[in-house]
Amino acid sequence: MRLIAEALTSTRGGRSLFSDLSFSVEGGEALVLMGPNGAGKTTLIRIVAGLLAPSAGAVRLDGGDAERSVGEQCHYVGHLNALKAGLTVEENAGFWCRFLDQGGAADRVEAALLAFGLAELGDIPAAYLSAGQKRRLGLARLLLAERPVWLLDEPTVSLDQAAQEMLAAAAGAHLAAGGLVVAATHVPLGFARARELHLGSRAVTA
Amino acid sequence: MNAFVELVRRDLLLAWKEGGSIGVALGFYLIVVTLLPLGIGPDLNLLSRIAPGILWVALLLSALLSLGRMFESDLEDGSLEVLATGPLPLPAIAAAKSLANWLTTGVPLTVLSPLLALLLNLEIEAYPALVLGMLVGTPAVSFIGGIGAALTLRARRGGLLLALLMLPLFVPTLIFGIEATRSAMLDSAAFLPSFLILCAISLAALVLAPLAAAAALRFQLQ
Repeated sequence: MRLIAEALTSTRGGRSLFSDLSFSVEGGEALVLMGPNGAGKTTLIRIVAGLLAPSAGAVRLDGGDAERSVGEQCHYVGHLNALKAGLTVEENAGFWCRFLDQGGAADRVEAALLAFGLAELGDIPAAYLSAGQKRRLGLARLLLAERPVWLLDEPTVSLDQAAQEMLAAAAGAHLAAGGLVVAATHVPLGFARARELHLGSRAVTA
Repeated sequence: MNAFVELVRRDLLLAWKEGGSIGVALGFYLIVVTLLPLGIGPDLNLLSRIAPGILWVALLLSALLSLGRMFESDLEDGSLEVLATGPLPLPAIAAAKSLANWLTTGVPLTVLSPLLALLLNLEIEAYPALVLGMLVGTPAVSFIGGIGAALTLRARRGGLLLALLMLPLFVPTLIFGIEATRSAMLDSAAFLPSFLILCAISLAALVLAPLAAAAALRFQLQ
C-alpha cells in the first residue's frame, strides 16, 4: 500500500502555503511533517483527509479500497478531540467504534481504552477528564476502527511521557501491520521507520 | 445504514442527557401560547378562530430556537470532521442530524400542541387535523432548517441570520399547516388537499434538503 501526493498546491487566505509538493509513503512507514507554525502542516493533513480541496494536485492511495475515498480510509486526529462532554468515556468511544467500524466488534472499545490507559475511567463523563486524558481518548479512536492511514495533527499536545509512549506503541503496532502514519509535530514522536518532510522552507518571503 | 442509526441514536442520547434544547423549545412554545390569550382578551370566539395560526407560528418560532445548534456543537468539538471521514456521505450525515432534530423538537412540540390548543379554545373537531398536520409538517421544518443551520454554521450569533434566510422556505409549510387545521374546523372534506400538500412539502424536503445542507457543510469544513 502506498499513499501518493502529486504536485499539491495550497493557497489559504491569498497566501501560498506550499506549491508543487509531492511525496509518497509506503505501507509500514511514517512520514513526520516538520516546520514552523503556519508552514501548512495542518493544511496538508486536512487535504489528505479530504476535508480541504487542494488548489492543484491530488492524493491517492495505491492498493487501497477503490470503492472508498482516501479520506474514508484515514483516521483523522486533529487539534480537537471530537468528544461529547455529556457522554461517558465508554459512550464516546462506543459511538465512534460503531459509527466508523461497520463490523463493530464490541471488545475493540475495551482494548482501545486499555491501550491508552483509560480503562478505569469508562464510566466518567468526558467533561471531567483532564486535557491529557481527553487527548488520550481522542487518540483511542485510532484503535476503534481499522483504517490503513493514520493522520495525526500534533498528537502529543498535553500528553505526559507515559501517554506519549502509549501512542508510540500503538503507532508501532499499526506500522508493523503494514499501516501508514502521517503526523505533524514539533517534538520527536519516537516512531520506528519515520521519514521527515520539512515544510515552510520555501514559504513566506519577508 | 448502521452508521446512520448510530448517529441518530447518539444525538437522541445527547439531547436526553443535556436536555437543554428540548426544554427551551417546549418552554418557549408554552410561554408564547399562554401569553397571547392574555394579550388578546377573553373573546372565546376570536381565540378559537385564530388558534390554528397562533399554534403554528409559535411552533415554528420554537423550532427555530433549536435549529441553530444542529451542527454547531459537532463543529466546535471536532466531531464534524471525524464524521466527514466516516462511512456516511455528507448528505446522509445532514439527514441523520435533521431527523434527530425532528425527533427531539418537532415531535415533542406536536405532542404538546393539543394541550395548548385547549388554552386557545380550539374546536374539538380540529384536534386530529392539528396533530396530524403538525406531525407531517414538522419534518419539513427540521430538514429545511438543516440547510440554514449548515449555512450559518460559522457565523457568530447566526440565529437571526438563520431565521431570515429560512423564513421564506418555511412559509409554504406554515400556510398549508394552518389551512389544514382551519379547514377541518369548517368542513372536514376540505382538510385533505392541504394535508396532502403538507405531506408533499415534507417529502420533498426529506430528499432535497440534506443535499443542500451537505453542500453547505462541505463549504464550512474548508
